[in-house]
Amino acid sequence: MTAFLDGLIAKLKAREPVAVVGGESKPWLGGALRDTPVSMREYSGVLSYEPTELVLTARAGTPLAEIEHTLAQSRQMLPFEPPVYSEQSTLGGVMASGLSGPRRMHLGSARDAVLGVRLLNGLGQHVKFGGEVMKNVAGYDLSRLSVGALGTLGILTEISVKVLPVPEREQTQVLAMDAQSALTRVAKISRSPYPVSAATWVDGQLYIRISGAGRGVASAAEAIGGDTLADAETFWRGIRNQTHPAFQADSKWLWRLSVPPTTPMDACPGVVVDWAGGQRWLHADADDFSVFDLAAQVGGHATCFAASRQIGTGLQPLETGIARLNARVRDAMDPYHLINRGRMFEENH
Amino acid sequence: MQTEQLVTALAAGMARDRILFQAHETIPYECDGLTMFKVRPKVVVLPETHAEVSHVLKTCHAHGIPVVPRGAGTGLSGGALPHADGVLLVMAKFNRILEIDTDARIARVEPGVRNLAISEAVAAENLYYAPDPSSQIACSIGGNIAENSGGVHCLKYGLTVHNVLSVTLALDDGSIVTVGSDALDSAGYDLLALTIGSEGLLGVVLEVTVRLLPKPEEMRVVMAAFDDVTKAGDSVGAIIAAGIIPAGLEMMDGPAVAAVEDFVKAGYPLDAEALLLCEVDGTAEEVADELARVEAILKDAGATMLRVARDEAERLLFWKGRKSAFPAVGRISPDYYCMDGTIPRKHLSLVLKRMREMSARYDLRCANVFHAGDGNLHPLILFDANDPDEVRRAEEFGAEILELSVEVGGTITGEHGVGVEKINEMCVQFSSDELTQFHSVKGAFDPTGILNPGKAVPTLNRCAEFGKMHIHRGQMPHPELERF
Repeated sequence: MTAFLDGLIAKLKAREPVAVVGGESKPWLGGALRDTPVSMREYSGVLSYEPTELVLTARAGTPLAEIEHTLAQSRQMLPFEPPVYSEQSTLGGVMASGLSGPRRMHLGSARDAVLGVRLLNGLGQHVKFGGEVMKNVAGYDLSRLSVGALGTLGILTEISVKVLPVPEREQTQVLAMDAQSALTRVAKISRSPYPVSAATWVDGQLYIRISGAGRGVASAAEAIGGDTLADAETFWRGIRNQTHPAFQADSKWLWRLSVPPTTPMDACPGVVVDWAGGQRWLHADADDFSVFDLAAQVGGHATCFAASRQIGTGLQPLETGIARLNARVRDAMDPYHLINRGRMFEENH
Repeated sequence: MQTEQLVTALAAGMARDRILFQAHETIPYECDGLTMFKVRPKVVVLPETHAEVSHVLKTCHAHGIPVVPRGAGTGLSGGALPHADGVLLVMAKFNRILEIDTDARIARVEPGVRNLAISEAVAAENLYYAPDPSSQIACSIGGNIAENSGGVHCLKYGLTVHNVLSVTLALDDGSIVTVGSDALDSAGYDLLALTIGSEGLLGVVLEVTVRLLPKPEEMRVVMAAFDDVTKAGDSVGAIIAAGIIPAGLEMMDGPAVAAVEDFVKAGYPLDAEALLLCEVDGTAEEVADELARVEAILKDAGATMLRVARDEAERLLFWKGRKSAFPAVGRISPDYYCMDGTIPRKHLSLVLKRMREMSARYDLRCANVFHAGDGNLHPLILFDANDPDEVRRAEEFGAEILELSVEVGGTITGEHGVGVEKINEMCVQFSSDELTQFHSVKGAFDPTGILNPGKAVPTLNRCAEFGKMHIHRGQMPHPELERF
């Protein structure tokens, strides 16, 4: 284990570029790596897990499947329902990508669940930020900062996450309506005290998942109306992992748009509308940069999930002030730009 | 720069009558909620517009003058302690709620808006802002951003970082950026997460968009007394192991209960060694089911007394006791010093036992209030600030508690921030490489270091000095550093 890390540290200290991947289940997220990647899967294992503390710490290369299995033994789960694109998927990859599933609207994102990380910065220093407790404001929050950074702020080696109990009961209600009506309905339901853990519109149907304990679920379902979905698990897996048929399209690529949830459908369409309107998916060409403009116009951003990318990163261009801060933050974490070159920014050198 | 020159430069871009520099004007600002530390600022400014804030920053940036941002001044770690050669940037005039969008469940507010004022403004719409620090009637949202404030409902509803969508910041040079957005995530690095809890070292908060939650249909609180703190601690673990995440889960030890009951008459049993308040919320059915399960668990765990608040008035009274713990302790001692470590809950009884030993050794009383759900412990050390030796003992006692928190795998601060108060203990929690990394991130935002200098992250020299004075269990921290 330490030999593996020592190898990475030696490279960074010698100012050699390093590229790392987890299970390589999301190669289409971000630009192509300029350097031959090392897999973090070797650096694997759950380091500590105490169900009553609601905290799990694991090495970055630990398979997501192993973590979910471990948690399930104590009827607990990762709150943010990360998409799982392959059996190889790792915890480190999940955090580096920062993607969250349908439950994000209810229990928060991957970033929200992170309590602490250990990482190798660009100087090859193994440093630890945050910790294994829910509340911790000592030092800047570099652990949550590193979520979604695609590895470019440091190589994640250990991650502590907040976990939560699996809801005692779940039930999904289906209501037929167009997408705009679905947005209006969801906004109304979101102002009720019902424990809604997912709200997704696809193919002319609004799917509302209710999670909780005992009679509360049934009474919320009754108030929300519609029909109860029989095989809800399959449906939500399809939304979570984008395997539902609506995500598939010939000769076009899938784009993810994160927008203010109440954005009208005519201002920002979607073939699948998730997160109560906040995450919309549509199909377009990989080089159709008008999607970035569309997202920006409504105050959101877009990401292209294209498996083969000739140019660019597929990531939303940043506005000037934010771009400057991003560049400086990267300089602070990896001053020689050694880690994951090409992934987040188009490198000039 | 002479004070007069500075005032003239500042007055070029903001109203002269909101620039204070005479002693009688600046004395009221010499400390925040941590009154043990006092520094009179060179100049106090009370800007009213973004342009004025930018002007103040630009002026100070050009002349290398420290700027300390201040909200309501309720912070407990000295984060808003003025700088003797600097400008205190008071954001209190920015107190407007700019927009409430009930469909999107968001509110856009200025930084000087009080935490509770947001919930009050949206109460009629059946919405509220979740983070509820005990100071919520007075503390401002800008300060909450700086400290990543928590409260008594964090386990279920999260901290400030989980309830804020975007923050508009004035940077060191007066330029303005917005981090985050009305969408649930944003492009690029998560600068919003970095900003929240940065203690005014990265930028000055100009505007905040918060997420609002629907008020639960019902809230019920159960009070349980225990004759032993370990049993009370174990009962918390048992509730969570049963798959229940209560909305609030608070514990007080015997001395805290006694102080509070004398002050508030909340109906707390005076013979309890530990008192637990457990709140459940949700729809009526959810609450009824969950409450029954919680009561059964508490009974099994050995509660000597169990009482569910019979109505809303009594529920609020139970909470009033807890939320008044600090002032209640303030009545029984000339001064108190509030600590803020977080520990893995399983170590609670060990930590409480060690603190009792310290209390005897330092000959100072100590009362404990504890956010039991999330492990955040607030020991209140009782002392008399007029007695220099008691002050010294209180500070040492506090420092030892923080080091104990780190030793058991926790942190020196859960929600009050490092400020000036815990800056030495940062040397205990973090290595030189880690502290250097913090400084370089600070440099990404504020290369010349004018924003709130000397707070939150110690210099390595300071750690070396601290280490020389304070060798912990025979181990010198940061042994690689040169000692002067």
